[in-house]
Amino acid sequence: MSFISNIIDGINLGSIYAIIALGYTMVYGIAKMLNFAHGDVIMIGGYVLYEVVKELGFHPLLAVFLSMLFCTVLGIVIEKVAYKPLRNATSLAVLITAIGVSYLLQNLAQLIFTSNPKNFNIGLDFGTISLAGGELIIKGSTIATVSACAVIMTALLIFIKKSKVGRAMLAVSEDKDAARLMGVNVNRTISVTFAIGSALAAIASLFMFTAIPSLTPTAGSMPGIKAFVAAVFGGIGSIPGALVGGLLLGVIENFSKRYISTTLANAIVFIVLIIVLIFKPTGLFGKKIKEKV
Amino acid sequence: MKKTVKVLAMVLVVAMAAASFAGCTKGKAGSGSKDDKYLIGGIGPVTGGAASYGLAVKNAAQIAVDEINAAGGINGHQIEFKYEDDEHNAEKSVNAYNTLKDWGMQILMGTVTSDPSKAVAAEAASDKMFMLTPSASSLDVINKGDTIFQVCFTDPNQGSASAKYIGENKIASKIGIIYDSSDIYSSGIYEKFAEEAKNQSFEIVSTQTFTSDAKSEFSAQVKACVDAGAELVFLPIYYNEAALILTEAKAEGANLKFFGCDGLDGVLGVEGFDKSLAEGVMLLTPFSADSEDEKTAAFVKAYKEKYNDTPIQFAADAYDAIYIIKEAIEKSGVEPSASVEEMGAALKDAIVQLSFDGITGAGKKMTWTANGEVDKAPMAVVIKDGAYVSAE
Amino acid sequence: MKKKSKIKIKKSTLTTLITIAGIVLAYIIMTLLSGAGVLSNQMKGLLVPICAYAMLAVSLNLVVGILGELSLGHAGFLYVGAYTGTIFTVAMSDIITNDILRFVLGMIVGGVFAALFGLLIGSAVLKLQGDYLAIVTLAFGEIIRSVLGNVMYISKDASGLHFDFNDGSTLNSADIIAKGAQGITVHRMSTFLIGIILLIIIVLVVMNLTDSRAGRAIKAVRDNKIATETVGISVSKFRLLAFTVSSAIAGVAGVYYAHNYATLTGTKFDFNFSINILVMVVLGGMGSIPGSIIAAIVLTILPEKIRFLGDYRMVIYAVILIVMMIFSWNPKCIELRKTVSAKIKGIFKKGGASKKEVQ
Repeated sequence: MSFISNIIDGINLGSIYAIIALGYTMVYGIAKMLNFAHGDVIMIGGYVLYEVVKELGFHPLLAVFLSMLFCTVLGIVIEKVAYKPLRNATSLAVLITAIGVSYLLQNLAQLIFTSNPKNFNIGLDFGTISLAGGELIIKGSTIATVSACAVIMTALLIFIKKSKVGRAMLAVSEDKDAARLMGVNVNRTISVTFAIGSALAAIASLFMFTAIPSLTPTAGSMPGIKAFVAAVFGGIGSIPGALVGGLLLGVIENFSKRYISTTLANAIVFIVLIIVLIFKPTGLFGKKIKEKV
Repeated sequence: MKKTVKVLAMVLVVAMAAASFAGCTKGKAGSGSKDDKYLIGGIGPVTGGAASYGLAVKNAAQIAVDEINAAGGINGHQIEFKYEDDEHNAEKSVNAYNTLKDWGMQILMGTVTSDPSKAVAAEAASDKMFMLTPSASSLDVINKGDTIFQVCFTDPNQGSASAKYIGENKIASKIGIIYDSSDIYSSGIYEKFAEEAKNQSFEIVSTQTFTSDAKSEFSAQVKACVDAGAELVFLPIYYNEAALILTEAKAEGANLKFFGCDGLDGVLGVEGFDKSLAEGVMLLTPFSADSEDEKTAAFVKAYKEKYNDTPIQFAADAYDAIYIIKEAIEKSGVEPSASVEEMGAALKDAIVQLSFDGITGAGKKMTWTANGEVDKAPMAVVIKDGAYVSAE
Repeated sequence: MKKKSKIKIKKSTLTTLITIAGIVLAYIIMTLLSGAGVLSNQMKGLLVPICAYAMLAVSLNLVVGILGELSLGHAGFLYVGAYTGTIFTVAMSDIITNDILRFVLGMIVGGVFAALFGLLIGSAVLKLQGDYLAIVTLAFGEIIRSVLGNVMYISKDASGLHFDFNDGSTLNSADIIAKGAQGITVHRMSTFLIGIILLIIIVLVVMNLTDSRAGRAIKAVRDNKIATETVGISVSKFRLLAFTVSSAIAGVAGVYYAHNYATLTGTKFDFNFSINILVMVVLGGMGSIPGSIIAAIVLTILPEKIRFLGDYRMVIYAVILIVMMIFSWNPKCIELRKTVSAKIKGIFKKGGASKKEVQ
């Protein structure tokens, strides 16, 4: 039974990674940049959720909505102020700027919310389900996380395939200049991408902090890096890739923790990643990079 | 590309000029105009992952300094206190130490965390500066030199004391351990605990670890302890992770007892933590914020008023540290005009003669050995109805 | 800063000469200031880290700026070097009693081990490109830190070194020299002079490499891989060369850095450490060796010089970082800088001496 419950825990963790990885992968696919501040937007989302529930006494579901709104605005502002001026600069310059934004968010959060860890407990009780005569206990939050992940993934795929904005996003990701020539507003499309990515971050913060209930100004950075790894696992830029990458990462991490070594769990995840990349150089679902002379 | 280099070069010139001049003027100010004040420096993490410990020390030390100054200072001289950030990083900690030296620091109350403390202790030892660390518990810190002293227990002390307590009081016979293998404090206690456990009646059935990169998700560790049949889990870790482990244990429906060290103190103060989960948790700690002791109560009240927060173990150690420095100065009679070396020599002789009555002594007086170790008794407490009560 | 010298020297040779002259000049100035007693303790304490960061930035520039590949795991190579080099100097302390000799040998050991790992990682990722290569280097850095900085216990007795990969309980505790997370206790040996000598050697090596036949091939690989392959240059061979040399230098710098502090633990060499060096490279100008050195100096001093900001220090640091990036890379800012510097050239311009003091 403990084997099955380990798989379930891994899937739970993996779904969280997958939701975060979606934010990375979308922004990467469209703006061709690694947004290292994504994990910190999640952290901010978590604080907004917590404070709105604890200080203003709002219902948790309303808080989720407010947090999404806040993160969306935050994402757009970051994009406009920090990334847009560097649209045509080398991708490395944008990467460093993103890291600057990440430092900024972490330290602002520390000034505002202090560094004392807060136990994330916003009164959303998902309950537990007991199966096989109490042998197997599944947390309600696990079911909520996994279903949310599935819903988000499907919604995104439909949005990108069917809606006008979604198709514009596809076009920009294929070829920015050609898309512009065809009348796509590239800047607006990129802004929309950031807005969606940041709203996803707010949702991710709900599930992440429910599973890992410790809210600190640096809480977003390690899950952020892991989710980035998940995105690469699956092939960065690919939405199904983010899902598969996230789930695999979660399960591998949980199994290495449980059966090999908790200390080396991170190392094992990274070793698997390197092996995957040696055999599949663009991840599991990544597009082959075409090279032109 | 060239332009960037030029711009940078200009910035550099300005920075360099500022650096050397600033150092020049500040050095003078340090030794000249402040002759009638004791300059005490403090170092600890104020930003980054370990910031909550560094801030607690900073705040509590400031309270002690303000109290002493309001009451007329030490031997009629005021104290000036300056605290620098080290981001829990040895390199930055040494930088902070040098910055404080430029300011004119004569005594160091720091550093807060063990790894930076080791690096700074080496510097302080070569300067013969008196250094009193409130919370760096590794033996390697005080072994660096003879002017370095500790306020908290050393790690070996805590580890063996915990093992003895569990064994002698027959609290449990099957023990699981969850510790932070990337942390000096935690792995230091674990080592001694495991060593002492061999002499005790209980058996360690499962040893689980985590690292600072993954200190927020504990389902695997808790499950492993449950599967191994542990009755009690020993947690030589800090309270934040402990709060998460307790939450996880509850969510798993695990029936476990918990036992911890001084790092666990503060668990009741974690914002948003359901205190009922900590019911029955035992810990060895020299300080508890709920104590009815008069001094402790006054300190906790002042801290709450000023910082709107309940002081943790680290804060109490820092508060004591400032008063220990005060008593040592009074004992030695060293004047503020003394050089760093003279002060170091005077204070290291004075502190071993002290019998200090503070808030982290569990009602007993603290004394020091010449190698820097403190002698105080840990007190076993158990959490009942959301408060600490003595376990005896 | 005159544009061209009158004597005909190759431009690259000239840059090398100017860079080395600059380093020597900086050394002389700092030594004089220190001798005159006007150098603050803070600055004195920063001299060794500055040298170490300059070496790291130069070595990373070889991969990022000159080879054109993004590496996010430079701290890993540094840590391998620092770890092995320190184990060497600690273990050999009773056999080789001459400090300088032991330190130099330690650096060679550290450099060789880091180079081996560079070769290993370099050959593992030959097929990978761009961000995928970046992620492998990131992963490598994290693996190294997890293993060396957590579960590696080494003890030393008369029969040699003994290893334990769990919690050191199988080793004789009195003989342990490397203790998992508690790290290694280091005998401090690094000095400013050693740093300057190392830096000069490293600058010479890197600049010669970039200017050699191999270096031109490496740059050709960066600019157009396929075209380079078409003219018969083996891309992988040169990529591997640059990667290995860069790692070796990082290893040597690591040994130097480690011997400036009484303790060596893994927590410090995380992802953020690698990023910090990357920032130096990007800010100093990719491919520019003097730029890397200057950026290393500025970025090491800056956080210390803004300590007076107290709680706002790191916030301001982040803002400065973002502004500096936009300032150096935004097309409009580049345009603006060009016109301004053209105007300044018209007028006669003295250095930044008239600027106000920061403090």
